[in-house]
Amino acid sequence: MRRASLIVAVAFGASTLAALGLFVVYIAGGQPQLEGALLFVALTGIGAGLMVWATRLMTGIGQITQSRRHAPPPLEEKEAAAEAMAGGVEEMSRRRLLFRLLLGAAGALGLAAIFPIRSLGRAPGASLFRTEWRTGLRLVDVDGNLVTRDTLEVDSFTTVFPEDAVGSGDSQAVLIRVPTGSLDLPPDQLAGAPDGYVAYSKICTHAGCAVGLYLAEVQQLRCPCHQSTFDVLNGAQPVYGPAARALPQLPIEIDPDGTMRALGDFTAPVGPSFWDLPP
Amino acid sequence: MIVRRWVDGVDERLDGSSFISRNLRKVFPDHWSFMLGEIALYSFLLLVLTGTFLSFFYLASDEPVTYAGPYQPLQGQTVSAAYDSVMRLSFEVRAGLVMRQIHHWAALVFMGAIIGHLIRVFFTGAFRKPREISWLIGIGLFLSGIGAGFSGYSLPDDALSGAGLRIAYSIVLSIPFVGTWVAYLFFGGEFPGPDILNRLLVLHIFIIPLAIFTLLGAHLALVWHQTHTQFRAPGRTEDTVTGTPVWPKFALKSIGLAFTTFGVIAVLGGLFQINPIWLYGPFVPYSTASPSQPDYYIGWLEGLLRLWPNWEFHVFGHTIGELLLPSLVVPGLVFTILALWPFLEARVSGDQEWHHFAQHPREAPVRSGFGAAGVAFFVVLVLAGGNDVVAKFLGIEVDSLNTVLRWAVVLGPIVTGLVTYWICRDLRDRPLHPLTGPPRVTFRRNAAGGFEEIEAQPPVAEEVREKPGRT
Repeated sequence: MRRASLIVAVAFGASTLAALGLFVVYIAGGQPQLEGALLFVALTGIGAGLMVWATRLMTGIGQITQSRRHAPPPLEEKEAAAEAMAGGVEEMSRRRLLFRLLLGAAGALGLAAIFPIRSLGRAPGASLFRTEWRTGLRLVDVDGNLVTRDTLEVDSFTTVFPEDAVGSGDSQAVLIRVPTGSLDLPPDQLAGAPDGYVAYSKICTHAGCAVGLYLAEVQQLRCPCHQSTFDVLNGAQPVYGPAARALPQLPIEIDPDGTMRALGDFTAPVGPSFWDLPP
Repeated sequence: MIVRRWVDGVDERLDGSSFISRNLRKVFPDHWSFMLGEIALYSFLLLVLTGTFLSFFYLASDEPVTYAGPYQPLQGQTVSAAYDSVMRLSFEVRAGLVMRQIHHWAALVFMGAIIGHLIRVFFTGAFRKPREISWLIGIGLFLSGIGAGFSGYSLPDDALSGAGLRIAYSIVLSIPFVGTWVAYLFFGGEFPGPDILNRLLVLHIFIIPLAIFTLLGAHLALVWHQTHTQFRAPGRTEDTVTGTPVWPKFALKSIGLAFTTFGVIAVLGGLFQINPIWLYGPFVPYSTASPSQPDYYIGWLEGLLRLWPNWEFHVFGHTIGELLLPSLVVPGLVFTILALWPFLEARVSGDQEWHHFAQHPREAPVRSGFGAAGVAFFVVLVLAGGNDVVAKFLGIEVDSLNTVLRWAVVLGPIVTGLVTYWICRDLRDRPLHPLTGPPRVTFRRNAAGGFEEIEAQPPVAEEVREKPGRT
């Protein structure tokens, strides 16, 4: 008993000192680790003190047994409750016309509530089907610098945007340079991938993360979020992981001066699947 | 004494007879596992306190600004005003960082305590009639907690949480018929959406906390009204409850637990760095942090996404993407089964009786088997949610780990469930619990110098050691 009250006293004392310590730390400019440690002592001191007080010093208060006063209600009571509820409903539904008019009014009001909800955002329209890429737009990097034939070494990649939409979420693309002639694409896609340069949408077709890892030795793009993996040489077809669709290709051409231009928008809608996406 | 006068005054107006004394003398049973729910409650209080402080500094705006604070690596970078405000809170507001870290740690403890509490209630059958309503409210609190956590850690607009938001947007997009519209209405337009931070803020500091307050109030009121379950022991009956009176002993213990919870979370927040957004950098749509993991209570959903096969379906010229099943349908089923469990169990067992005694897991082998299977499912999926980190830790390829985890997520629950079922059934059918010690044999030396055996005492069960109740 005496030991317990000593413990409580020490706990409360330590708590007080720690709280005063917090004061000093704050005045001195604050320091997160010290603040956390002192808060620990200040709070746990009170907490431990109270718990020891309750369990070790309140020995006069033992275990008490009480009636729960909570048992299944008798049948009459349950019936009375059901009767009270049903009676109220009956009272209302007896006037059929009024009741139906009320339901109609409530329904109409509910429909009217759709209008403010509609104000919450733009209509999707065709926005998921197109990006900022247009025929003739030049490719630039994240800093807005023009990308040219000499920007990339073989087996390296960079993120590109249309020249007037740097940083645009849906227009981001990866430009990869692979050894000339190694691309295994159908002729129409190969036409948009000159001299070993090929560009794909950087938005993963699985859940939309930026496909930011390029595994140069196997020429695969990998998404760091869920490890969907795409074969760069074979039209960015998914070869591993949870993605089902290829990354859409961005057809490009190289000007005589070495700058690159888009030959149009991506070959398919970019990003994850949605209901209106055609098969 | 002034306290007496106040109590008299309140009592007289509330019940005439004994409202206060009846409730102050109300008895709560003691068991360590009953603390889990209390810890959840107290971490929520701490979340409200620290969160209020944070909200005084946070700015929900995607307006680009140039970072000019004291953190050198980011100086001169363009960041959103939201990110900038969290950076200011972390580096320039005195005691700001410790508050932010305590807030985040409190959220982790809150969800952990909820999950622990859920497991306790499940395995002891404390959800049985008449407590199904509390169970349903508890599931509501669990879901609200997930929403609060996700909306909260998305607010700083850093690279890590931005990826999480992008995934959330893609998940909404995958809903048949209305997905595109719902995503655009919630985000304000195509990702990243102009209004999303504002909407998340309102969800995080108003709508979800209000829901939690309401559900928590109802949850506690029901516990108070229906009384707490307790384990069977000599002297205890279904109609009575044996324990400590609320005032002062139980109250002091519980307030003590509250302060201890605060203290432990505070030291976590002070000493253990969490969500260092300055290391992740601001969110830009064209880069993804790697590795990127959500907090663990969302990690199991992330794990489902990582392990799910790349199934895409086409119906009548429309597309059902890879995300719908693992991110919405499967979790929806999991939570539906969880919510309906008390009713399913009562239907299957035909048990419609009231129960105030909690059960030991061995008393209900089938339920315990399903429970253990559920825990195994959750654990495998949390591991899968961090498969890249786990693979790096183990020094193996992510792809090989995924193969193992895919088998584990199917076989793990089945094996765990069956083994648990067998163990519980054997324990139930055995007269003695093997862990409480071997049967004791006591000898006495008799007058003749020989030994004679005294009748063996059965091992003392844990509950028997407590003092029998005083009525």
